[in-house]
Amino acid sequence: MTEPVLDVRGLTVKLPPAADRPFAVEGIDLHVNAGEIVCVVGESGSGKSVTAFTVMGLQDKRALTPVAGQIMMGGEDLLKVGDRRLRKLRGEKMSMIFQEPMTALNPVAKVGEQIGEMLEIHTDLSASARKSRVIAAMEDVGLPDPPSMYDAYPHQLSGGQRQRIMIAMALVLEPVLLIADEPTTALDVTTQAQILELIRDIQQRRGMGVLFITHDFGVVADIADRVIVMQHGRVVEQGPVDQVLGAPEHPYTRMLMDAVPSMTPPARDPAAGDRALTVRKLDKVYGHAGLLGQGRQVHAVKTVDFDLQRGETLGIVGESGSGKSTVARCVMRLIDPTSGEVLIDGDDIARAREGAMRHHRRDIQIVFQDPYRSLNPRRTVGQSIVEGPTNFGLDPGEALTRAQDLMRVVGLPPEALDRFPHQFSGGQRQRICIARALAMEPRVLIADEAVSALDVSVQAQVLDLLDDVRDRFDLAMLFITHDLRVAAQVCDRIMVMRQGEVVEHGPTASVYADPQHDYTKALLDAAPGHRMLQA
Amino acid sequence: MVDQSTQPDATAAIPDSGAKDISLWRIALRNRGVYYGGVMLAIIVVIAIAGPWLVQDPTSLNPMNRLKAPGEGGLFGTDQLGRDVFSRVLNGARVSLVVGIFVAVIAISIGLVLGLVAGYIRWTDAIIMRVMDGLMSIPAILLAIAMISLSGATLTTVVAAIVIPEIPRVTRLVRSVVLTVREEAYVEAAIAAGTRTYLIMARHVLPNTIAPLIVQATYICGSAMLTEAILGFLGAGIPPEIPSWGNIMSEGRTFFQLTPWIIFFPGIALAVTVLAVNVVGDGLRDTLDPRIARNMR
Amino acid sequence: MFAYVLKRVAMTIPVMGVVALFVFALLRLAPGDPAAVIAGDYATAEDVARIREQLGLSEPLFVQFFTWVWSLLQGDLGTSIFSGKPVIELIGQRIEPTMLLALTTIIFSILVAVPLGTIAAFRAGSLVDRFVMLFSVGGFSVPVFVLGYILIYVFSLNLRWLPVQGYRSPFTEGIGPFLSYITLPTLTLSVIFIALIARMTRASVIEVLEEDYIRTARAKGQSELKVLMRHALRNAAVPIVTVIGIGIALLIGGVVVTESVYNIPGLGRLVLDAVLARDYPIIQGLILFFSFIYILLNLLIDLTYTFLDPRIRY
Repeated sequence: MTEPVLDVRGLTVKLPPAADRPFAVEGIDLHVNAGEIVCVVGESGSGKSVTAFTVMGLQDKRALTPVAGQIMMGGEDLLKVGDRRLRKLRGEKMSMIFQEPMTALNPVAKVGEQIGEMLEIHTDLSASARKSRVIAAMEDVGLPDPPSMYDAYPHQLSGGQRQRIMIAMALVLEPVLLIADEPTTALDVTTQAQILELIRDIQQRRGMGVLFITHDFGVVADIADRVIVMQHGRVVEQGPVDQVLGAPEHPYTRMLMDAVPSMTPPARDPAAGDRALTVRKLDKVYGHAGLLGQGRQVHAVKTVDFDLQRGETLGIVGESGSGKSTVARCVMRLIDPTSGEVLIDGDDIARAREGAMRHHRRDIQIVFQDPYRSLNPRRTVGQSIVEGPTNFGLDPGEALTRAQDLMRVVGLPPEALDRFPHQFSGGQRQRICIARALAMEPRVLIADEAVSALDVSVQAQVLDLLDDVRDRFDLAMLFITHDLRVAAQVCDRIMVMRQGEVVEHGPTASVYADPQHDYTKALLDAAPGHRMLQA
Repeated sequence: MVDQSTQPDATAAIPDSGAKDISLWRIALRNRGVYYGGVMLAIIVVIAIAGPWLVQDPTSLNPMNRLKAPGEGGLFGTDQLGRDVFSRVLNGARVSLVVGIFVAVIAISIGLVLGLVAGYIRWTDAIIMRVMDGLMSIPAILLAIAMISLSGATLTTVVAAIVIPEIPRVTRLVRSVVLTVREEAYVEAAIAAGTRTYLIMARHVLPNTIAPLIVQATYICGSAMLTEAILGFLGAGIPPEIPSWGNIMSEGRTFFQLTPWIIFFPGIALAVTVLAVNVVGDGLRDTLDPRIARNMR
Repeated sequence: MFAYVLKRVAMTIPVMGVVALFVFALLRLAPGDPAAVIAGDYATAEDVARIREQLGLSEPLFVQFFTWVWSLLQGDLGTSIFSGKPVIELIGQRIEPTMLLALTTIIFSILVAVPLGTIAAFRAGSLVDRFVMLFSVGGFSVPVFVLGYILIYVFSLNLRWLPVQGYRSPFTEGIGPFLSYITLPTLTLSVIFIALIARMTRASVIEVLEEDYIRTARAKGQSELKVLMRHALRNAAVPIVTVIGIGIALLIGGVVVTESVYNIPGLGRLVLDAVLARDYPIIQGLILFFSFIYILLNLLIDLTYTFLDPRIRY
């Protein structure tokens, strides 16, 4: 057996004294062989990214100190070699791609030159030789028309193209090890599928080793040869992908696998409640024409129609830029629709004036994506929950009683009402936001990517809670998401949006089983792990 | 990387850290700049209040005792009319502090109102901000000189003349906070909850302006004291019979080569006072408001 | 691009209008009869009448305003009450020292402050950083004229290295005398400007150093110096350039004081002489002139953003 390209033995990285635990990672053993993709999977705080960054020597050196273990590569211990040597190894022997292709590239430098910088640092090639190598590398990652894209700036490219630039940059010197830190998490699902295929393809052609960090078991299923599961800074399980995913041994792995929503929609009873919301020919155009016609207009939502009954969940599924969140914000009247009708109780609120609109505010409530920004950090959660009801004249004492009841409903202790948001975890805050929405006794609840920022185990619990309150309070729910797995689990009907238009609309089971539109088919095909995780 | 959301969800213990939010003041006092600057400032304020009673009349003339060096005639020497420089410098502290505090309070108040209006009522934004742009492009010292020379040199006109050029900065700061905060999801949640606009302003927007405004107030206070001294020095400040630091230094110009201390002592007093204020300001900025104020100075 | 320049130039028109309105209102809204105020305490009734006539104060306000703006648009900044010369001509006579002092100050300040701020940011928390921050907070605290007198006291009176006061033109009297006379005023005026720019450079570079693309550059194996020069400074440029633009206002105020301390016959001295003589058209003309310069420079700075940051396209 040949020597692995990367061999991490007993790695322990210390956290600063104020942290909630002494070590970011503790006694990590892992190795990557040439020609294999090793996935490190875990939830936030598991130490998976710390491990990757420490290998590169790029961890935040003020906070994280490796205190024990070895990182062996080509017979050298990377923890012992000097800065100079480590800089030489970066790029030549190992390189890295990151989660956010948006921010990982220098915004004021041409992308071609940014790839070329790698050659400038590590080779003696002339400027023209560098340029032709760069263009060859860009061709290799499937970028269109490399000679002209060479001069483009990052903001002129799409997310997928930027990530391809990053990959071309990382691989131009043909390193033996590629470290990929959640490289597709920020990308749309169809783009993600293409990037995963590209990584797999290049890795096989070159026979390099890949250390792939992810939180997504779907991605693991698609790309991994071997899997390492991490929790709280320790490796809890590792083995070949079929073994770990097929017969997980550690309870934590099993819990994570169970929490991954299935792509197969469960059987649902058809909703038969009253009509709660009607949307007709909704249009939203951002921007204005401008005096000289130089203004930019974006037609974010184009003639969207739908109805929603009480006791029913309608999912709006789409990639970024599809207009799905704009629909939610128009229905909420957080922004004004350009045209169309939003009917509640027979009243059109699309153009209602402020006073009339306020009257209808209690009918529709929303839960936002980011649990860290949707509660005012200066106010207790109790104050946040009673704000709405007291606006509508509810006596403060009664409002408090209602808030206490709702805290129980969302699974939090009522005593916690006088705490501040920073004392809660992300999942707990999302529960508080649900309680705040329910305090208004709405008919319609909009969940705008409400579980997207949560870890998969927490996500499953919040989804259960949403389903539970929908039934208990007979709500009509509008569920906005980019995640097809999540949508499959909670939606009765699905609306697929692309570039502001609804391309498909139907009962969840039939959309998943027999998609009509090509785009829906592409989306379903691109969903990661859709072959292995059918269980 | 170390994220709180690793805790198991609903059932997890919620840490109990007192009922009130983190006290900003307690954190601020832990900053060395705030602490030492504050102590220095407190001493200066005490001197400014108590000092004048302990020394001789700053306006009493003593023609026999003119242009004496420090030590020879009083602690800081005497000026060309034989007045005691030490006594005059002590008295000048009051003027500087009064001007600094008044200018800061007035400029912040006006700027706060303008900024809130511009940030929240869309149609006023363009009008208010163009006026502020115009005001900002008029050199502050020239504007002050012109105003004072037209309206007569009194403490009120001096304060007004220093306040006006400071208003645009405060307005811009408040407006930028309002524009940032109104995009926050918790403000949208409040709108969705049917909260009236004035309540949203009071509950959710205004509290966010307090920290940056306190920081800004200290900077304005410091720069107002400097401007007041410059105006006095140029002979366009408060009436020359009042012993302000600027006026003392202005009178010291004629005999500078002979008696430089007449300029240096009030100059040092002024620099130390402004330094104390600025050090407190920097400390407050670092603790209360690391992001916003940094871009405004 | 051309459309953007046009639009940006058009945007300065309302700002100029506000300035004009403000300067106009200043005289008219002052308490008492402006003509009497300008004429001073010892003026005769004929003097007051003459001044009122000269400033057109007997016309209705809006007529006064539009006549005045109309003459401004034709480049007429008014006429000095006492010398009877056009203000624009007086500005022409005095502009050279002021412009050169401002120029040497800006150049010197940038050359000193940008490296200082960058080093402070790179070694944030170190001794160098603390020194730079201390210098910067001190620079904001010492009055310009006190600093001027300290420098005169040390370098001119005691060490006798440099002349005490005055000005020599580089065009008529040679570059050597010019430099020896301009050195102390430049140093004096630079301190606050260096404090301002160094502070902004430090803050801006610290922020940029946290960005993901800095990590990318390190992941490539780039050396720290090159990371700083190629990636950090370039991205930190926009706020630094912005603060230089805002600092022009500070510079104009400082020039008036510095010229007074060093007895330099520039525009600052023209202002002060005009204040003493209550020659209001000169004050008014100079405020308008300086505001125009400020707006113009900031317009130019706005246009450089397009070169500094390719994301800014209009």
